[in-house]
Amino acid sequence: MSAYIIPVLFLLVLAASFIKRREPYGGFIDGARQAVDLTINVFPYLLAVMVAVEAFRVSGASGYLATAMEPVLGAFGLPKELAELMFLRPVSGAGSLAILDGIYTAYGPDSYIGRCASVIYGSSETVFYISTIYFSQSHVRRLRYAIPVALVATYTGCIVGCALLRFF
Amino acid sequence: MMAASLGLMLFTDPSAAVSSMVTGAHGAVELSLNLLALYAFWLGFFSLIEKLGLSRGLERLLRPVIVRLFPSADTETRKFITMNISANILGLGNAATPMAINAINRMDNGSRKASTDMIMLTVLSATSLQILPTTVIGMRATAGSANPADFLFPSLVATVLSTLIGIIGVKLCSKIFDRDKTKSRERREKRRAARLERKAARRDKTKKRADAAEVKN
Repeated sequence: MSAYIIPVLFLLVLAASFIKRREPYGGFIDGARQAVDLTINVFPYLLAVMVAVEAFRVSGASGYLATAMEPVLGAFGLPKELAELMFLRPVSGAGSLAILDGIYTAYGPDSYIGRCASVIYGSSETVFYISTIYFSQSHVRRLRYAIPVALVATYTGCIVGCALLRFF
Repeated sequence: MMAASLGLMLFTDPSAAVSSMVTGAHGAVELSLNLLALYAFWLGFFSLIEKLGLSRGLERLLRPVIVRLFPSADTETRKFITMNISANILGLGNAATPMAINAINRMDNGSRKASTDMIMLTVLSATSLQILPTTVIGMRATAGSANPADFLFPSLVATVLSTLIGIIGVKLCSKIFDRDKTKSRERREKRRAARLERKAARRDKTKKRADAAEVKN
């Protein structure tokens, strides 16, 4: 069923563009061109983070973290291999993307771990980054309960989403 | 994190330090090439959606909800908030951020503490509704998944749930933390008004007396 979502969506959008005469080819090219800038902007961050993540993994620190977090994650029914991803997701978009990539390579995207990682990455946002950048040009320095509320909400969503994965 | 892992590596396996970091850099190049392909594909698709005017339709749908969630925002601020949220829903995070910065700047009254509406906007974005997590779908396809979109339903439940909990959480916290403060502020303002009144009355009295003296003279 879910295999149809994307192709049908594409077909609908393409058909609508043709009917409304919006030049789908030109539109697609315009959008695709922005991807070059976006990738170049992300690349240095990605590089810095992936160097750090690789060192983190090879040094064994990531293994210690995973073992330390295992009882906590286990209590919510999550595999311990996701500790790093859950830890980094709210902090760094590039970092968690690198870890997601690593999980797909190590366990495969269709394993339970890979699917859990997909839900976690797909349903959440970089909470800390957003809160910093949104207030960067204002006088506000104290965000009060914004970050705790966002974190609790995000993690609850992830836990429920991963639990649902067992049935789908 | 970097320093900690390097420090740890001095004890465990110092020879692996350089090779692991170079491996990481290689991984970054490979991943960003994959990302370039994904971004180009999805951004192209999204620009088609945008040209169709779908985001404007979404904004119209969202308006009544925004009014309820941001009671003290003015019309212009609400417009920015609506644009931010609809961009987030469509997965256009880059378009969403400048809108949110604009909205926050408009709500900024010089105070160092975030207002409830600012917190609501931050939490809404941080728990944003991601109907189509395009990056993940693309990365799964690149990694050779049999069905890259098969996590969509649980992911949708997770994102809707997190947004709902976020909204409820902000509303609850603002009830708990803000009530006392507004009360004490009201009291303080009442006292101040009373003081000003007394002062004005005194000034009136002295003025009257001076006037009376002038008349006598």
